[in-house]
Amino acid sequence: MSEAPTAPRPAAQTPSGGRAGFYAIWLIAAAALIVLPLIFSSGGSLTSFSLIGIAIVFALSYNILLGQTGLLSFGHAVQYGLGGFLAVHVMNAVASYNWPLPLPLIPLAGGIGGLAFAIVIGWVMTKRAGTVFAMISLGIGELVASSSLILRSVFGGEAGITTDRTALPHVFGWTFGSQLQVYYLIAFWTMISAIAMYALTRTPLGRICNAVRDNPERVEFIGYDPHVVRYLAYGFSGFFAGVAGGLAAINFEIANSAYLGATQSGLVLFAAFIGGTSHFFGPILGAIVVTYLQLDLTDLTTVWQLYFGIIFIGIVMFAPGGIAGLLMMHRPLIRAGTLGTVIPSYLVAALPTLALALGVILSIETVARYTSSEGDGNVINLLGVPFNATAPTTWLAAAVLVIGGFLIARLSWRRVAEAWDRAATSARDRGYLA
Amino acid sequence: MTRSGMIPAIEIKSVQKNFGSVSIIRDLNLSVAKGERHAIIGPNGAGKSTTFNLISGHIKPSSGEIRLNGDVISGLRPFEINRRGLSRSFQVTNVFAHMTVWENVRCAVLWATGHRYAFWKNVDNLPVVKQRTAEILDDIHLTHRRDVPAGLLTYAEQRELEIGVTIAGGASVVLLDEPTAGMSHAETERAVSLIRRLTENRTLVIVEHDMSVVFGIADRISVLVYGQIIASGTPEEIRGNRQVKEAYLGEEAR
Repeated sequence: MSEAPTAPRPAAQTPSGGRAGFYAIWLIAAAALIVLPLIFSSGGSLTSFSLIGIAIVFALSYNILLGQTGLLSFGHAVQYGLGGFLAVHVMNAVASYNWPLPLPLIPLAGGIGGLAFAIVIGWVMTKRAGTVFAMISLGIGELVASSSLILRSVFGGEAGITTDRTALPHVFGWTFGSQLQVYYLIAFWTMISAIAMYALTRTPLGRICNAVRDNPERVEFIGYDPHVVRYLAYGFSGFFAGVAGGLAAINFEIANSAYLGATQSGLVLFAAFIGGTSHFFGPILGAIVVTYLQLDLTDLTTVWQLYFGIIFIGIVMFAPGGIAGLLMMHRPLIRAGTLGTVIPSYLVAALPTLALALGVILSIETVARYTSSEGDGNVINLLGVPFNATAPTTWLAAAVLVIGGFLIARLSWRRVAEAWDRAATSARDRGYLA
Repeated sequence: MTRSGMIPAIEIKSVQKNFGSVSIIRDLNLSVAKGERHAIIGPNGAGKSTTFNLISGHIKPSSGEIRLNGDVISGLRPFEINRRGLSRSFQVTNVFAHMTVWENVRCAVLWATGHRYAFWKNVDNLPVVKQRTAEILDDIHLTHRRDVPAGLLTYAEQRELEIGVTIAGGASVVLLDEPTAGMSHAETERAVSLIRRLTENRTLVIVEHDMSVVFGIADRISVLVYGQIIASGTPEEIRGNRQVKEAYLGEEAR
């Protein structure tokens, strides 16, 4: 497939004609958030939606650093976690001193927690970008995570600190005892945060963040101190990470050291990267996918982390623009009306690629269950077809699917690439692709 | 600026720059009057780009003093010097590759129009910024390419954008580092007329290898050899200078 760095950012000039469409997207998103629990009303889906909302805010806050300013952080969960802890402490204080602070404002406390830490630590951290920043963020992440286990009075040690969200003053009769009410609280903050973070990209600071990402040296020669720009971006990112942490504290009614740790920092990097960092909506897609996988894969297989790794490596190698990048590379083709010439090749490629994927899954599961000592059962259920991990036929089927699928898929991928080149060339000829 | 026109736009006094034990700039003295178009020429490795790096704050002098409009600027950071009204271009195109042409120029306009680090204004709703950006794009003939990412421009277009980004902030002193390097004859002619037009009423210091460009633009020329100015004068004086012929022009004419 051809590379797609040519896709103009959606955040570029909004033509006056596209303005109505632009507001429509936000309104549709808001409407979807309101309607969603009416369609999927089970407790499980409400919990999933709540977690996805939190993950979206967190991933978008991460992308202020990675996608917008070019800062690769390995310790973004620090701001998330500290926001969560501050939120829990404020909630407990509100409950015990009867402060007139209702629960819907608690995410602000989380944001302030994340922002405060970013203000304190950020000036030193953002002095340099690149590897130096990445390494310091890793170090700070480990430092705070390990401190959280030592400072028991603040972080509650292994157990963490619990709270009761229903003990806060009620507004309009909302007790937030039910998951549905919590979902709406999270959906509200997800919407507000997403709008605010999008608006940030459309300000002078947001534009200069992009300039610092592209070329910090030149920024100095148009009047800006890249250090200040990075520091401000770090502050905003910390604030919204804290909001996400505060939402998590409300949702789980607990804050513990897992909030701050490397796993959490890794997950947000995954989400942003899989979704695509060069488009604003990329991390939203990434957060949805990663949270969904995290919730559902764990039920299906014990080696879910392996699939995570495979997906991540696949994205890094074959689609560095992430899901958003893959989608957006079709935009010029749609405009030029040449998308139709690519679709048939996609359909042809779908079958052998699916066979290859199933083969890989079958191989992984067979090996995992065969070697597992915990006795998860030897029967693998793949698309309704049961396979026995100990049966030689299963091994054979896996091998046939992987090898056969790969050989045929490779031919079909070549046809996709050829169809793509033709479509892109004609789009370029018509001036829809630079 | 208020006192008189006698204060030079740029004044370099006995500046030295050593990298380790290697002395790149040995004893540099240079004065550029306000409104002057001053070319610095010299053989490769003479220290022309280093001189630009020193003036623009990219590197700090080992000793000596540099003044901009009478104020000492040596030791300041590049953005501090830029805010005092000095801007520079780069020999190798140095723009914001993933941003569009429009955004490149607009970023260069933002500080000068007072918007700085503002995070409470919509960047698309700033009429002065919009107007100045459009003017600059018009000046550098890139209006029709405004939505193209800078990294996808042709080489000549990138060089024009480089000049556009350099002058967009409205600096009174402009340093251009080999603006026509690598250009074809026709492109060079276009660039020269562009430079002449865009630097009207500004002070221009230009480093250039192409002698037709130098003699076509400059009011005064300084010849830099081994980190020292060996001659400074009008184009005619420089043409007639025996020392210069030996050190530089002679080599070329051979």
